[in-house]
Amino acid sequence: MSTAVKIPSFNRHGVWAIYSAELARFKRTFWQSLVTPVITTSLYFVVFGAAIGSRMNEVGGVHYGAFIVPGLIMLSLFTESLNNSSFGIYLPRFTGTIYEVLSAPVSALEIVLAYVGAAASKSILLGLVILATATLFVPIHIAHPVWMVAFLVLTAATFCLFGFMIGIWAKGFEQLQFIPMLVITPLTFLGGAFYSIDMLPPVWRTISLFNPIVYLISGFRWAFYETADVEVGISLAMTLAFFVVCLGGVVWIFRTGYRLKT
Amino acid sequence: MQSIISISNLTKTYASGLQALKRVDLEIRKGEIFALLGPNGAGKTTLISIICGIVTPTTGTVIADGHDILSDYRSARAKIGLVPQELTTDMFGTTWNTMRFSRGLFGRAPNPAHLEKVLRELSLWDKRNDRIMTLSGGMKRRVLIAKALAHEPDILFLDEPTAGVDVELRRDMWALVRQLRDSGVTIILTTHYIDEAEEMADRIGVISKGELILVEEKTELMKKLGKKQMTLHLQEPMTEIPATLGEWHLILKDKGNELEYNFDAREEGTGIPLLLRRLSELGIGFKDLQTRQSSLEDIFVSLVHDRT
Repeated sequence: MSTAVKIPSFNRHGVWAIYSAELARFKRTFWQSLVTPVITTSLYFVVFGAAIGSRMNEVGGVHYGAFIVPGLIMLSLFTESLNNSSFGIYLPRFTGTIYEVLSAPVSALEIVLAYVGAAASKSILLGLVILATATLFVPIHIAHPVWMVAFLVLTAATFCLFGFMIGIWAKGFEQLQFIPMLVITPLTFLGGAFYSIDMLPPVWRTISLFNPIVYLISGFRWAFYETADVEVGISLAMTLAFFVVCLGGVVWIFRTGYRLKT
Repeated sequence: MQSIISISNLTKTYASGLQALKRVDLEIRKGEIFALLGPNGAGKTTLISIICGIVTPTTGTVIADGHDILSDYRSARAKIGLVPQELTTDMFGTTWNTMRFSRGLFGRAPNPAHLEKVLRELSLWDKRNDRIMTLSGGMKRRVLIAKALAHEPDILFLDEPTAGVDVELRRDMWALVRQLRDSGVTIILTTHYIDEAEEMADRIGVISKGELILVEEKTELMKKLGKKQMTLHLQEPMTEIPATLGEWHLILKDKGNELEYNFDAREEGTGIPLLLRRLSELGIGFKDLQTRQSSLEDIFVSLVHDRT
């Protein structure tokens, strides 16, 4: 049927096919996925910013309402990245359509690039929408826009890789929700999304330093206000380390075919 | 004849310890329709899945159109299209989009003209903008075929193409498969419907319990193993078979109204002319005469049965 087809070493058509199909899936639920975080963020501002924030002092020289913005963006970024990415790969496993991807001339790297790239694109967009929403409530100054974007992209990519692993590990829909609900959300709340860990008693402060989320939020907040719970260099190193760990996990999955191939 | 797929020493043992394939060697010829026949759980889908890259083999090699399916998987897979057994597709997407997706996934640049041609051949052109979930079961199966053909493969695997499909659609599907073969595509189909293999295949491989127990030209297979049966509908019921007819080992059936003679089509002399002459000498008349060649199903049952 076909004539000689030259096989390129990078299947760009394949990557684009998965990437655009995933974005099309997001488009179908565009309003739910965009309106929900905007409403949630607004509610946080009403509760924390207006009701509680009015009784609070500035944190590290920053107005409390503005102080929580990076934490709020990170909170949504974590959960959305995990959800989008885990669902993106779990769905084809669940419905069986994964057969087509597994039988196609796409490498593991290309599959991850496409799925994780699409999920990360969506959560980055969402993070920016939340940022835009926040500006309606509080004045926001971004000291280091490039670093802000860098932390945003790196964190989205990391959590999408993490979500990808959850999506491959999960044996049912409830397991998809397990880690985001029971691990990530508590760690985020305890990771200084709404406060500086300097405000904690020394013991809890030390314990908090074992929470990887602290470093992600601290680094991101530094990009806004130049105030940080931990040195920004350490934040960046931890973010990169987390990224490498997640990337390693995904590479291992494809090397072994874990829960993908029998 | 040139072979397009070479399978040698292929085995698969699943993590559960189940040995799904026990040393399979097989050559698929370019341009043929090869039917892989076997009961449920025989290893048909495992074999197909290994060639297509969905299941990892335990040992052995598969070369598809000159490319090793593991070390040179990009080139090998680009040549292969797979229509799975289950109706699995993105139910929310449209026919057109899912085909575009498949073509892109297999590394081919967009080609609307080719997609249109395939959709027209499969009578799906009118349904191109419909969501797949709104299509009937038969149409969904054709969508899966369209997806598999989107990247212009040279080799097409059809895993149980007519499972759960009505009679008319089955005929259409068979016609379609022949048409594809005529366009130069090599087709490997699995089925547990014997008539399907008998109707379509050039060659047949019988797989049972993970072993390829036989590979043969269909016509040869029929000739070699075919048992024939002749039934005589008697004018007068017979109570006992006359001793002079003993050498034919006849069987009396239907309360003595039918006389059955089983013989082997492979033998030179079937003994029929002599039998008929003897009957007429004895004054035994018959109203009707029927002969029946054993189907592939009979052959298959006896083959699988002999092994157990």
